[in-house]
Amino acid sequence: MANLIFEMHAPGRKGYTLPKNDVPTPIATCIPQNYSRTAPLRLPEVSELDVMRHFIELSQLNHFIEKGFYPLGSCTMKYNPKINETLVRNPGWNNIHPLQPQDTVQGALEAMYDLQRDLAEIAGFAVATLQPVAGAQGEFTGLKVIAAYHKHNGDTHKTKILLPDSAHGTNPASAFMSGFEIVELPSNDKGMVDLEALKAAIDENVAGFMLTNPNTLGIFESQIEEISRLVHSVGGLMYMDGANFNALMGLVKPGEIGFDVMHYNLHKSFATPHGGGGPGSGAVGVREDLVKFLPYPMVTKEGSQYVLCNNDQETSIGKVHAFYGNFGVNLRAYIYIKMQGADGIMRVSRNAIINANYIMRKLEKYYHVPFNDNCMHEFVASGEWQKEKYGIKTLDIAKRILDKGYHAPTIYFPLIVHEAMMIEPTETESKETLDAFIQAMIDIAKECEETPELVKNAPQNTPIRRVDDTLAVRQLNLHYTW
Amino acid sequence: MPFISNTEEQQQEMLTACGVKSFDELISTIPKKFIHHDRCSLEDAYSELEITRKMNALAAKNAADFNSFLGAGIYDHFIPAAVDHMLLRPEFLTAYTPYQAEVSQGTLQYIYEYQSLICELTGMEIANAGMYDGATACAEAILMAVRKTRKTKAIVCGSVNPLYLRVIQVYTEGQGVEIVVIPSKNGVVDTDALAAAIDDKTASVLLQTPNFFGNIENAFAVEKLVHASKKALFIVAVDPISLAVLNAPGEYNADIVVGEGQSLGNSMNFGGPLFGFFAAKASLVRNMPGRIVGATLDADGKTSYVLTLQAREQHIRRGKATSNICSSDQLCSLAATVYMCLMGPAGLKEVAEQSTTKAHYLAGKIAALDGYAMASDQPFFKEFAITTPRPAAEIVEVLKDKKIFAGVDLAPFGNPDMLLIAVTEKKTRTDLDALVAALQEVNNG
Repeated sequence: MANLIFEMHAPGRKGYTLPKNDVPTPIATCIPQNYSRTAPLRLPEVSELDVMRHFIELSQLNHFIEKGFYPLGSCTMKYNPKINETLVRNPGWNNIHPLQPQDTVQGALEAMYDLQRDLAEIAGFAVATLQPVAGAQGEFTGLKVIAAYHKHNGDTHKTKILLPDSAHGTNPASAFMSGFEIVELPSNDKGMVDLEALKAAIDENVAGFMLTNPNTLGIFESQIEEISRLVHSVGGLMYMDGANFNALMGLVKPGEIGFDVMHYNLHKSFATPHGGGGPGSGAVGVREDLVKFLPYPMVTKEGSQYVLCNNDQETSIGKVHAFYGNFGVNLRAYIYIKMQGADGIMRVSRNAIINANYIMRKLEKYYHVPFNDNCMHEFVASGEWQKEKYGIKTLDIAKRILDKGYHAPTIYFPLIVHEAMMIEPTETESKETLDAFIQAMIDIAKECEETPELVKNAPQNTPIRRVDDTLAVRQLNLHYTW
Repeated sequence: MPFISNTEEQQQEMLTACGVKSFDELISTIPKKFIHHDRCSLEDAYSELEITRKMNALAAKNAADFNSFLGAGIYDHFIPAAVDHMLLRPEFLTAYTPYQAEVSQGTLQYIYEYQSLICELTGMEIANAGMYDGATACAEAILMAVRKTRKTKAIVCGSVNPLYLRVIQVYTEGQGVEIVVIPSKNGVVDTDALAAAIDDKTASVLLQTPNFFGNIENAFAVEKLVHASKKALFIVAVDPISLAVLNAPGEYNADIVVGEGQSLGNSMNFGGPLFGFFAAKASLVRNMPGRIVGATLDADGKTSYVLTLQAREQHIRRGKATSNICSSDQLCSLAATVYMCLMGPAGLKEVAEQSTTKAHYLAGKIAALDGYAMASDQPFFKEFAITTPRPAAEIVEVLKDKKIFAGVDLAPFGNPDMLLIAVTEKKTRTDLDALVAALQEVNNG
């Protein structure tokens, strides 16, 4: 493994230069002695070259989109256009302060205003707030909007959020954080919402229903009309988890099929980079009568001026970010939408769906696909056959996929499929890439039969072999000490 | 078509392989009436050259080169060029969250290094991989204290950034937490009022130092008050740059330390993306929100790094998780990691000292002007509040025409005729003197 940066430390070595201080004020007169740090500040002392070599060495240990295919279900690891990175580095974007007078940031406000409307247009809502900084925070924001709506109507008894057992883990976690009681519904034998279970759970205390559509099995919830009728009949609101919106863009508008609130994952559907774990953006779109509950400020237009509008402060849920959300991330999504245009956005979902079905059909002979109707942008395979016949776990298969130069699919999710492998190719991958991946998966299926030990001991070709998770917990070592 | 690889022919070939004649057949599970065959009303696609012109024209409408004294949580510190070169590396930029440790050691190791650097800086025993920003880090720290202590009263010192307070309120109200705000006195928390508010129901006290007004709080005194109660946890929000010269929170026995990390190597970006750092005493590790990386061994006995203690997190615990968070704004903490390594102890100290001395030089000059005075006589770091002879909004407006952002008008935060002025090491004496002259002129004129 690579050395730690701390191990490259040489006292007195420097990796920076700064201008000479040109004011005469001595530091001793500024900070009283009793407030001055006494603990040593043990940061590494290294040169710029040390730093560059070290982090480049680390970078070589990563899988990333430009290196290889990322069939990670629900994560939408599409290609992130390079032009976005170039354009957002204009000082006119990255060197502006959030509290500048508004007439000095008209370009920023115009882009935000336009994006609020473009996102709403794509999904069929009145407008979208750009303030939530992640999908999970978008869920939290949307649920707070639902809570505020019911409170505004005097319906304080509405305390329950329904969600299917195939939901992302963030759904119940966000519902809990926003103060709701969670009712989980079983899925039916087609992997969709069980209408009977829904009918049984529906009562006047239902505040809302959180649904991912297409759901986490990659299946379009075709009973959506009936679901939304049932939920609305008791005054509940329909929340769409937009994690899988990449399947619908330009094809179906969630705002027109019964959803009242939806979060978008701009780092999935709209091609902003994942960054190894963020920053993302979780914009939230709502129908017209819910706009007044969105976090403030929204960007509005008065004459030819764009303004940060705090008019709804009384009804708004408040703020989920000190400023206006992940502006830099939102800008990348904005550029992406403008480069796709109306035609491009339709081609995104079309190709995402074709690519997923293509892999599914080619692999269903080799891996169990429990729900094998035509899928949307992703599908869930299972390692059940391999487990039963050869004692090989899905985790083993995933690790063997790493050996073949691909990232592993999302595994053991959704929870309702045993040995799940959730595969999402995205629209940006070519048939050639998919064919090579399919072949690798077929090879692995054969290896399970012929050389099972190879699969059980995978990976062999990666920078490290399988890690000991238990040891990490048992002997917690969370930072370097020197 | 942008960023789509398959040709029309290939798409048709793949449809055939799927056993369907057309794309419409493939999506037959979607009720027909829901499908839009018309284009939505987005603009026509921009080419790369056209979007470049459009974005650069929009950017030109933003004033990015003024002599700015804006702060209030977002600061314009110097960023060495090497930081951005690292952010542009696709190995870090386009990688996913490092769940597959065997192909993510690069990200995992730098997170481990980042956690180590944050522990050193704050003087704390553990740190997580990062939060969304300083505001949500404060809110999550309070929720963590509520979980740990099983108490529901959370005290927030009124000198905490009011923008953070708004986020804290939204985050905590759903969980039955009572937020009690303690008023300030002479620019710092009123310790008598704080002492009176702390009781057996108290889960935590949140103190920010330097506080919203730039003043350094007496954290040692506040700590004694907090820990006089049986269980209450002492949460401190800090400016990471300040820790090069001010006491590390570990020195005054803080339980949880959070803060906005933007000033460590991240651009201002109109206020986002940001990242929050989150550190604590080791005994609190299982109550922490967010990702944590630990060292372990691989099957060959090699040192490796892995996301650990995942049983706290939403993808395992769902509704019972410590938080719904599943982002760590990792690229922002990469910038911070590279920044801290480049600057080292000497660089960070120099940044802090230059910011402080320049701020004090400026404060002295302004306080000597007719009509202006320091809003309090507390010790301060790189930011300070002044009282103004005219409404601060008017001064901001007049100075804007001279290409100066004079500071943050505190009227919307309940302090009329007050201006909050931030200074970083990037300011030259000429910049500072220009503000002084303009402030003098606006009073005379």
